[in-house]
Amino acid sequence: MEDDAPVIYGLEFQARALTPQVAETDAIRFLVGTQSLKFENQIHQIDFDDENNILNKNVFLHQPGEVWHVSASPADKAVLTTVYNKTSEQKAEMCGAVWRIPSEFDASANDAQDDASASAQALELLCHLDDGNHSNMVSTVWEPAGDGKKLISLTENNILMWDLDVSSSQAKLSSSATLEGKGNPKFTAGRWNPHHNCTQMATANDTTIRGWDVRTMQQVYCIDNAHGQLVRELDFNPNKQYYLVSCGDDCNVKFWDVRNSTEPVLTLSEHSHWVWSVRYNHFHDQLVLTSSSDSRVILHNMVSISSEPFGHLIDEDDDSEEDEENKKEKPREPEKDGVIGTYEEHEDSVYAAEWSTADPWLFASLSYDGRLVINRVPKAVKYKILL
Amino acid sequence: MAAAPESPPPPGEEDGRRRKRHGMLKLYYGLQVNAESGNKGPAATTDPCDINGAHFKPEVYLQRLMQEKSLNELMDKERDMVRQIRSLDSDMQTLVYENYNKFISATDTIRKMKNDFKKMEDEMDRLATNMESITEFSARISGTLQDRRQQITKLSGVHMLLKKLQFLFELPARLKKCIEMQAYGQAVRYYTKARTVLDQYQHMPSFHGIREDCSVIVAELCVKLREQFKNKESDAHQLAECVDLLLQLKEPADELCDEFLLHARHKVDEDLEMLRLQLQMLEAGQVPSPGDPGDGDKPHPMDVLEFTDTGCNVFLSDMCLVIASYKDLFINRPGTGVQEQAHLEKVANQKLEVFVNSLMGQYFSYVEQRVQLEKESSDNTLLVRALDRFHRRLQAVEKLLPETESTSSATHIVAKMAHDRVIHYSEALRRHFADCLTDVRQSLAASRSLSKQEGSNLGDLLQTTATSILDQLKTVLSDLRAFIESDITFAMQPYFREPFCVQDVREGLVVGFLKHMFTTCSEFCEGSGDKSSAPPPLILLLSRLCLDYDMTTISYLISLTDEQFLVEDKSAVTPLSELCNLAKDTAQKLLDHYVKVQGLTISQMLRKSVETRDWLNTIEPRNVRAVMKRVVEDVTAIDSQVGLLYEEGLRKAHSSDSSKRTFPYSSSRQNQRSQWSSYAPSSNMDTSLMSNIQKLFSERIEIFSAVDFSKVSVLTGIIKISLKTFLECVRLRTFARFGLQQIQVDCHYLQMYLWRFVSDENLVHTLLDEIVGSAIHRCLDPVTMEPSVIEVICDRG
Repeated sequence: MEDDAPVIYGLEFQARALTPQVAETDAIRFLVGTQSLKFENQIHQIDFDDENNILNKNVFLHQPGEVWHVSASPADKAVLTTVYNKTSEQKAEMCGAVWRIPSEFDASANDAQDDASASAQALELLCHLDDGNHSNMVSTVWEPAGDGKKLISLTENNILMWDLDVSSSQAKLSSSATLEGKGNPKFTAGRWNPHHNCTQMATANDTTIRGWDVRTMQQVYCIDNAHGQLVRELDFNPNKQYYLVSCGDDCNVKFWDVRNSTEPVLTLSEHSHWVWSVRYNHFHDQLVLTSSSDSRVILHNMVSISSEPFGHLIDEDDDSEEDEENKKEKPREPEKDGVIGTYEEHEDSVYAAEWSTADPWLFASLSYDGRLVINRVPKAVKYKILL
Repeated sequence: MAAAPESPPPPGEEDGRRRKRHGMLKLYYGLQVNAESGNKGPAATTDPCDINGAHFKPEVYLQRLMQEKSLNELMDKERDMVRQIRSLDSDMQTLVYENYNKFISATDTIRKMKNDFKKMEDEMDRLATNMESITEFSARISGTLQDRRQQITKLSGVHMLLKKLQFLFELPARLKKCIEMQAYGQAVRYYTKARTVLDQYQHMPSFHGIREDCSVIVAELCVKLREQFKNKESDAHQLAECVDLLLQLKEPADELCDEFLLHARHKVDEDLEMLRLQLQMLEAGQVPSPGDPGDGDKPHPMDVLEFTDTGCNVFLSDMCLVIASYKDLFINRPGTGVQEQAHLEKVANQKLEVFVNSLMGQYFSYVEQRVQLEKESSDNTLLVRALDRFHRRLQAVEKLLPETESTSSATHIVAKMAHDRVIHYSEALRRHFADCLTDVRQSLAASRSLSKQEGSNLGDLLQTTATSILDQLKTVLSDLRAFIESDITFAMQPYFREPFCVQDVREGLVVGFLKHMFTTCSEFCEGSGDKSSAPPPLILLLSRLCLDYDMTTISYLISLTDEQFLVEDKSAVTPLSELCNLAKDTAQKLLDHYVKVQGLTISQMLRKSVETRDWLNTIEPRNVRAVMKRVVEDVTAIDSQVGLLYEEGLRKAHSSDSSKRTFPYSSSRQNQRSQWSSYAPSSNMDTSLMSNIQKLFSERIEIFSAVDFSKVSVLTGIIKISLKTFLECVRLRTFARFGLQQIQVDCHYLQMYLWRFVSDENLVHTLLDEIVGSAIHRCLDPVTMEPSVIEVICDRG
């Protein structure tokens, strides 16, 4: 089998929620949440065996409702949060909860693949993220690289910071902030900034991007009219602390320097419909992954604004043999920004695309029809970055 | 008979003698032997039997006679011959007699002559003696007169010397008198005559005294001359005379040059000062008013033509005069030593050059300043005429003094001015374009505020704008043509014409303006999110304008320019195709932007309508929602708007049932739908499979893609964007049964009205099906409405 060929996994239900299992650094694992109003919803734990090119899955039941958002704890690989839709005849409500993957399954994951769907175990509920005052959760974010005790949930107009005690299955609301403004603005997305000791986060509502200091829960900056239409998703550059990328309904992906936010640093317009997700590669921040409702996933190469400018990695002190090689390679053209690849395996809107936390050259994307596709960065690009 | 052969003398002897005799006679009579023999011909001469011939041989003759003739004949011949001999003898006797008389008279004559000559000889001797005595006398006389003559010569020499001395002694007085009479020329002439002698004999006291006196007087003369020279009142002719005299007096030439130039400078400076005053007046903001020049003596500000005219007439003619007289005085002087002359010429030329260059520099700077003031003037022809006059007049100076680079500086000024004018014009063009845009915006705003029906003037508006821009451009071009009219001198200079036509007019003005126009248009496409961005009709109009430019206007404009400005070398200019591509790209960009903006406006409406509604708690649908009607209305409005500017475009053939607008979904689709509703509760797998299979066979739909330049394509683009938004929004909501049914009704309504706008109605079908399909998925209680009911509701709405 060709190494670069995509691996496709089909879910039975429609799905929007995808996350890498952050705490897992050895195996390539993704969590997918399904959306079905009629059947019991599931969380699929997808395990990709890179060497054999085989996908294994574990299915856990997520009983309370369809999953709209899922995120995994950075400390404990068994812990995750979901945002789900609790429906009744009269009402549909978005709630959040912290779950634990049943432990015995984790051990026997590889053996149980045949009858996984039939005898799926339910997730263990740790606690609800609900204090009764706030409704309609949008998403949850864990403190990046934290100890798994702090997380923030976004409701339609609040930022809620929770202290989680896994052992006693309790979540305590420690602080909160309210989004105010005319026209009843609603949050659409939020990301926790991994820099500055994790004291900042950014949120999006309508066409505006806001930065918050999570210690004081005060707004620190605001980019008005960041996009022509709704801003759908954000991400922070893992290596350059002031860089931020956003995407939205105007089909554009914009890179921002939050210190000077009057103009975007760069704008990409490769997609032909709304861009739903954007993600920096965790290690090589020139690789930017976007997915859109035009059914495409695009991998961009943004060398010019990455933390690894051209030639940075060439080591001058190598032995003579390699020196010769270096000399040959040196006159090559500096890399230019551009599209590395457009992935068209999906046939419906792709609402999520994520990098694996275990293998920096691998990413998964999920379309609404329940198709999960795992792709790799092309080898040529990979070697160009490494060498 | 026997005597016959004896009678002739022995042949050889006889022949030789006779021939000799003949020869003598012939000599005497001057006859040529040759001529005689030549006349007779070669046959006669060689025939030995011809008795009259020269080669007659009696033996041969006789022999032949003997052989050929009979006895009788011989007898006859003999008789005949005897007779001939007799007659010849008598002839000879007569001749001898006659000649004898002549000989006797000749002898008498000779004797007489002898006597006469003897007498003559005596007389000649007597003459010789007389002559001898005459010579003797004359020698004696001259010997006596010798002394006297020498004395006379000496005396006359002394007389001459005395005369000269007298002149010298009288010189101081004469000079004084001359100076008193102001006959300086005379004085100088006297002095120069005497100068050499005085210089030579200055060691003698008397001469020395005279020399001293003269020097004093001449110094005085010099002073007087210089006074006159420095006098401002004296005219050029007087000046010239002064200088000439001073030079003759051996005053140092370069000093004189300097003084002359200094003097000339005063005059020219006055002219320059006048020009400067003009400049000051203009800069102070006074407007030239050629209309009322009769405002007394007060200097009034002049317009540019008058200014250059005055400059030419006053300054340049003075300059020319100065140069000409200077040259006459210092450079083209006749009669001085070659060495000296060469040196003087060199020095004088240098001085003149410095002088002229500095003044011309000053003049040029004034002219340049003045012309710069006209940079934005509206009267182009006046300016061109002024420049032309300036350029033309300078050539006179150039002719006088080829060393100065006045023409090249003048051309430089002219070229710079032309360049500035081009820049000014292109700025004006850009302003005009901006004004046009503002006008269009205003009239669009006005028509919108009046009523929707007024939108029909969009085509007219396009027409007006295009014509206005084109007219403006043409006007500018024809104005600029003034610079290369055939009667303008600098227009024909290659170093002016080439850069002006190609670089300035074609590239700078025309191409520059077109590029500016497209850039300006493109700018409307950026900053899409701004509320302040351009109104969609303007974008549509500009798109059409650019497209027209691509198709016709650019090629027309460029060929017009090339033709009018004779641009031949096409190697260094922007090619037509590049401009056309630019225009087309801009048009495409604008149209795409228009589609995007309009699509987003409708999308926004749809999104708000889906997001704000509580779909779980709606009542059973009785009506099409108002927002759908609004969408259809807006699309219709856009359709008519686009229709004003763009052609209909190609569309796929309609299926027969689409026109009936009765059943939106074909029967097979209907079956599919009922299948969905029946399957949905039982097996979720099937539905997703179903929709996947359906998608496998339908083409991927590009939502925000480039559109063609046609109405249908534009509308398809807008509808695509709107419906896709609708789909995505539906997917984010959860529906109750009636919510789903409302969506069904809405979709059917859209289906009924939107198919007619798009190129491929299947596109609308697919998207609407997907919306309904998604709604079914998102429905808690998916029970669809009866198609017939839907139809009734839609018909009613």
